Amino acid sequence: MNIPLTMFLVFIAITLFITYWASKRSAGASAYFAASRQIKGWQNGIAVAGDYMSAASFLGIAGIIAFQGYDGFLFSVGWLVAYLTVLLVIAEPLRNAGKYTMADVLAYRLKPRPVRAMASLSTLTVSTFYMIAQMVGAGTLVKLLLGGMVTYNQAVIGVGLLMIVYVVFGGMLATTWVQIIKAILLMSGTFLLSILVMAHFHFSFAQFFAAISQVTYHDAKGAVVVKDFLQPGLRYKPPYGPLDLISLGLALIFGTAGLPHILVRFYTVPDAKTARHSVVWAMVLIGSFYIMTTFLGFGAATIVGPDFIKTHGGTNMSAPLLANALAGSIFFAFISAIAFATILAVVAGLTISATTSFSHDFWTNVIHNGVERKPGEEVMVARISAFVVGAVAIALAIVLQTANVAFLVALAFAVAASANLPVIVMSIFWRRFNTVGAVAGLAVGLLASIGLILVSPSVMGIDPPSVTGAARHIIQAKAWFPLENPGILSIPLGFIGAILGTLLSREPSSQDKFNELLVRSNTGLGAEKATAH
Amino acid sequence: MADAARNAEVAQPQQYQASQLTWDKIADSKEFQDLMATKKTFIVPAFIFFVVYYFALPVLVGYAPQFMSIKVWYVNLAYLFALSQFFVAWLIAGLYVRAANIFDRLAKDILNKAEDAKGGK
Repeated sequence: MNIPLTMFLVFIAITLFITYWASKRSAGASAYFAASRQIKGWQNGIAVAGDYMSAASFLGIAGIIAFQGYDGFLFSVGWLVAYLTVLLVIAEPLRNAGKYTMADVLAYRLKPRPVRAMASLSTLTVSTFYMIAQMVGAGTLVKLLLGGMVTYNQAVIGVGLLMIVYVVFGGMLATTWVQIIKAILLMSGTFLLSILVMAHFHFSFAQFFAAISQVTYHDAKGAVVVKDFLQPGLRYKPPYGPLDLISLGLALIFGTAGLPHILVRFYTVPDAKTARHSVVWAMVLIGSFYIMTTFLGFGAATIVGPDFIKTHGGTNMSAPLLANALAGSIFFAFISAIAFATILAVVAGLTISATTSFSHDFWTNVIHNGVERKPGEEVMVARISAFVVGAVAIALAIVLQTANVAFLVALAFAVAASANLPVIVMSIFWRRFNTVGAVAGLAVGLLASIGLILVSPSVMGIDPPSVTGAARHIIQAKAWFPLENPGILSIPLGFIGAILGTLLSREPSSQDKFNELLVRSNTGLGAEKATAH
Repeated sequence: MADAARNAEVAQPQQYQASQLTWDKIADSKEFQDLMATKKTFIVPAFIFFVVYYFALPVLVGYAPQFMSIKVWYVNLAYLFALSQFFVAWLIAGLYVRAANIFDRLAKDILNKAEDAKGGK
């Protein structure tokens, strides 16, 4: 039997067993949405790291470094440093003052219905964009990794169905454990690959970096090029490159702390102190992982070479091809299975954050004024919406199969940074902040980031007729906005929207309740406690 | 009636509730003001430092690529500076956890006092 397929099936069997185990412990809202708040600090740290290290980082960053060298490594840096915002500003107040979603904190002293409706919309937008990117990637990858044994559509449907099973039956508990197992697999696979890369260079950094300084490949015209891949500027070229880099940095630093699937994780631990420790655990894992992208990316560039990767599946296949070159087909199968596990776990994490927001924020609190009409309604609605989210994700991934969707992850970060973060920060820190400000901040941030991406070089561009399929720009015209990442403009716009909205309206009740939120979020007085299974 | 009973059963453990007057009193208390001041003296400088240190990287790499390409050891300044970001981030996280132990102690006093005032509930 085919080795990659066997490994995929083993992983699926393990995760289904976990789901079965978790399904018996997921009765009740706190159990279903927040794993009864009994996840330990280190466990949650690994799960946060797992939610964050998507296929975009494992396969994507390795690929970008393999083709564009040092500039790709800059992504790695931003993805870790961003966690300082989560640690210093967001994690503890959120755990102290909220219940299941970020909107819980926003709605504390503002009018709950408009604020929750907007927050839910923004959460669903971020999750959907992120998920489409993952699903389209999943289809292409599984097809490649299994060597044509399944079609794109079969792969997408398979991933979609599995994620529905995890979320519907296993809730947050199953999703968390799937994430933990995947993160451990990912870390060990990456560590092994790094050791093998160094073994290839006889454990000599001198030889390794000497090879990086002269990566040889053929350019688009077929001429032989020798480049120092440690040299900055291979991806971000003047005139707009440096600005784009800063814009990307802003989206990462402010966006990570606004990603709904990361934020919901802090509700799964018993208290704010554990939430803090889980961020530190996550930072240790995420940092080590992204430092190792040095070996993955530059290893692929020097040992496999951009020419070979280009003709054997493209940038995203850099890490699996490196595994194949270093240790043969079994290791290739192992790394492929890890990539598959990564995709599955991340889509499950996204689904549960989307369904939690829909049922808790929108269904219960916006439509039914915060009252469950019968016990268990909130969980039931979440389970039904997981089916809907799954079906929509499968359908969109099939429709968009040949579209260039890589920009959707950047868009998810931009929306999180421009819409979610300004509003969370202001509701915790600004006494004067009010409902109009929150709704305006969310709306302006959301519209500005989507609007700017639509007119950016990610979507607009003129291709020669020879460019087809996923490489082709969606709108064939010159881009109106020169940067790929809108953060540098959309984040200030989100803040301005929130500030102007506040200043142009009056709402004394929001100021009256500020002290309560301030005390609750800073001391943990009255925070949600862990519940028994 | 039966529904109401079941609702009470599945209800969350009772959250701490207090009047606005109580919240205002806690917020104005010396202990709480101390906690907020202690938090600020660590978090604000730490946040500003890491943002400046981090954005120095894209700014230098983007606008002074020649300088950042200077060879150091087997690598160059650009790579070393990027690598240093990881260790600086870890260091700040470590320092924050140490400082946060003090925050926890201060917060605990406030919590105890608030619960006492409520008569143990």
